[in-house]
Amino acid sequence: MKVLVTEYLRINLDSEQWECRRCGHVHGSARDNYKKGLLVYDRDPREIHKPLLDTKLYERTYSPDPKWCRILEYYCAACGTMVEAEYLPPGHPPLHDIELDIDALKLQWQDRKEVTEPAIGPDLALEKAKNSRALHAGHEHGSHGHKH
Amino acid sequence: MNDHIVSKEDQVLLDKFLADNTLFLGPDPEIMRNHKIQPRSPTEDAILKKGLDRHEVHHIRGLINAALSEAFTMVNQMGAAPGAKWGDLVTGVYTAQGDLAMIAPHGIIAFAACCFYPIRFIIKNWINDPTVGVKDGDGFIHNDARYGGVHNTDQSMMLPVFYKGELVCWVSSTVHEGENGACEPGGMPAAAESKYDEGIKMSPFKVVENFQLKRDLVTFLQNSVRDPKLQLEDMKVKLHAAMRLRERMIAILDQFGKEVVMGTLRSHLEDTEAEMRRRIAEMPDGTTRVLQFMDSSLRENCIQKISLAITVKGDRMIMDFRGTAPQFMNRAVNTNIASFKAALCTGLLQNVWPDLPHTMAVLSPIEIISDRNSIIDAEGEMPQAMSLMPMFKACVAWTIPMNKFNYSVPHKYSATIASQYDQAATFIYGGLTQHGDVTGNFCADINGNGQGARSHADGEHSVSPVFGFMCDSGEHEINEEDTPIVRLGAQRLAKDRVGWGKYRGGMGYEQIATSRGSPYWGFMTGCEGSKFPSAQGLFGGYSCPSYQLLKIKGINIFEELKQNPKVLEVFDIVKLMNEKPIKNGQYSSNDMGMTFELCAEGEIYMICQGSGGGYGDVLERDPALVMKDLAEDLISHENARDIYQVVYDEKTLLVDEAATKAQRDAYRQQRIARGKPFDAFCKDWVTPEPPRHLPYFGSWNDNAVIHANNPAVGMFTSMPATQMTGVFMPNPKDLRIAQLEAQLAECQKQAG
Repeated sequence: MKVLVTEYLRINLDSEQWECRRCGHVHGSARDNYKKGLLVYDRDPREIHKPLLDTKLYERTYSPDPKWCRILEYYCAACGTMVEAEYLPPGHPPLHDIELDIDALKLQWQDRKEVTEPAIGPDLALEKAKNSRALHAGHEHGSHGHKH
Repeated sequence: MNDHIVSKEDQVLLDKFLADNTLFLGPDPEIMRNHKIQPRSPTEDAILKKGLDRHEVHHIRGLINAALSEAFTMVNQMGAAPGAKWGDLVTGVYTAQGDLAMIAPHGIIAFAACCFYPIRFIIKNWINDPTVGVKDGDGFIHNDARYGGVHNTDQSMMLPVFYKGELVCWVSSTVHEGENGACEPGGMPAAAESKYDEGIKMSPFKVVENFQLKRDLVTFLQNSVRDPKLQLEDMKVKLHAAMRLRERMIAILDQFGKEVVMGTLRSHLEDTEAEMRRRIAEMPDGTTRVLQFMDSSLRENCIQKISLAITVKGDRMIMDFRGTAPQFMNRAVNTNIASFKAALCTGLLQNVWPDLPHTMAVLSPIEIISDRNSIIDAEGEMPQAMSLMPMFKACVAWTIPMNKFNYSVPHKYSATIASQYDQAATFIYGGLTQHGDVTGNFCADINGNGQGARSHADGEHSVSPVFGFMCDSGEHEINEEDTPIVRLGAQRLAKDRVGWGKYRGGMGYEQIATSRGSPYWGFMTGCEGSKFPSAQGLFGGYSCPSYQLLKIKGINIFEELKQNPKVLEVFDIVKLMNEKPIKNGQYSSNDMGMTFELCAEGEIYMICQGSGGGYGDVLERDPALVMKDLAEDLISHENARDIYQVVYDEKTLLVDEAATKAQRDAYRQQRIARGKPFDAFCKDWVTPEPPRHLPYFGSWNDNAVIHANNPAVGMFTSMPATQMTGVFMPNPKDLRIAQLEAQLAECQKQAG
């Protein structure tokens, strides 16, 4: 039985290991931080969010300040898929972001069927935003006398 | 040593003495720190024990919902505040003991999600006070967020609903009014250095008797703000909307009887809480975490960390915010915990489970832990006029950790979405209008935050405000009719400012504004994220970029265009700043936090709405979607090639699938070659303390220790989180003067 945890991670309940959902590579114990099984790269944020303004003219250019912010890119060691992109101030300890109770997970999945592809839920927030726009579009603004 | 035991009788006497001799009925911690629904009142308990007809309950809920919608529409249509026009308001119904039962199906959840605090205050303090009292026909007003509220620019009107002489429920109407007499116009003064700079601070008080506004009090309020007409008109509007809502409630009471209606309100809360617990129990047990880094106090750049760990165990959920930055004693970006929780309620309903009923009961089963005196749990004396900053973080705090819990759950109640852009990206304005009126407020552009990317699709562009999915963005034409603001550019999507990913975040639009026809006009902006990006990506998706405030000062664009209509080709921020087409202009790129500043006629101010975070690995983005972005001029060829690693013909946008696959495979190998194993990486990367060059506030490697570093004044301290104190920041102008004086002294020394 394998439990999907993110777009790129799953937990094999039988072996209690983190696995890559793209290539099946085993990252390490599911009772430990999955990041320990990944490769990490300290990315200069200006390479991803490139300066749009002329750097000779301006200090602030739409790029993050590399002295304030770095991007830690986490890759699967076998297939190179980027599993996480963590934005941190330089030197800040990486976050242990997922820490699941594996014994409880096993119990929880005892009576569940294995899921290999996650269901896609309805985008209800977007639906509500669109409803609201439709409501607004139908109104007439009294003092202005025109419909929108 | 005090081993004196007080007898029951003495305790009653002591309590009465204290109650009778309270010098000031300030925000009451007993009310303000309790976000949960209260135990059933004896009446509610008796009704629910008898049982309710579920069909009848459903019927009543529908009727109340329709009544809330009607009252919302009244304020929306009649309100004078700009915010009223685009839905920055809400109406609500509360139980007799002050629990928020139902919210209008439009507008701002958070307004109602903290309006139950002042109602509880009224119940506790005014009902039995012979000098105040609560009776049929009364109405109460309030705006100070310390008694419950998002921020002091919002005003609420609250009415008790009596039926056959008995108080059966409460109704409210709240609007973001804008102007409130603060030290800066517009109601959200980033320059506020104490709570006394925040303008009018209404504790809940009676302003309506016999359904009539008391003119003496209205005059006092009008006298306290820059826009007395707005104050009067919207007090009338809110009152009459609440009165309509009251009439509808009475009609429902007539039709179904008091017991069923009261039972419906209570069961609605209990059912929602039960459903919350059921959904929590479906999630795996464990802990997921997220860190958020705010990079500005709106007066200076500095990092303020918000730390969140969500723990699930069975049907219990605990949100632990310990380790978060300390409060600022003289900066406006603090919030009290009750307001912060209202934003959490909004975020949960907007980003995680929008299908749940909109009531406070969604937050009721969640335990929330915070450090006292932190930036999210500031004490009452702290300024909090720009509490939006941490509160917007609360709106999106859920997205990353909850998706890490919910991804495994077999049934999905709503889509998996990365963080929405979470800044108040709009112009706040003030001054004298072209009609000769003094005003201050903000623009509807605030409602155009880009949606986070979804697990199955790109985010929608400029979809809604992060604090309310049920708002629209207003019309610039109306804004231009009322104020001297002229839109030189609007709704042009900000090219290349994208949260990249397998699916990209919805993008934001550019806003380019100036003023015309006013002798005295100015703007302020209140956003962070100019150095450290704000909206986070999910599962390998990147965050949004940083955003700046751009200015072209010392020019009059209207004169320039009169002299040469072709002086510029298009109002496009990047082109204007890089090509500098208007000679002699002072071009500058600045932090997006700007206190109020005068804008002479024809000077140009430019900001952007931001992108939501991206979802997934950029190398998995369908090349066809990359071509679509190119065709729509959303991204440049440089980014299509470098970020997405797509091989294609720039003229025809035809993709070479095989070459793209080969290039992406090679790129994955490059990643493997440059990546370091985690432990080895951490050995080099992790430092025991924040770097000394960085103004940094919050925990670092231990949530129990809070750092407060401000290199500008040589401050490098730490304190136990349990004994946190506020931080006093130097005036940026004093620092600048000191810097210039030092330079001058150096020059004088060199000159001999």
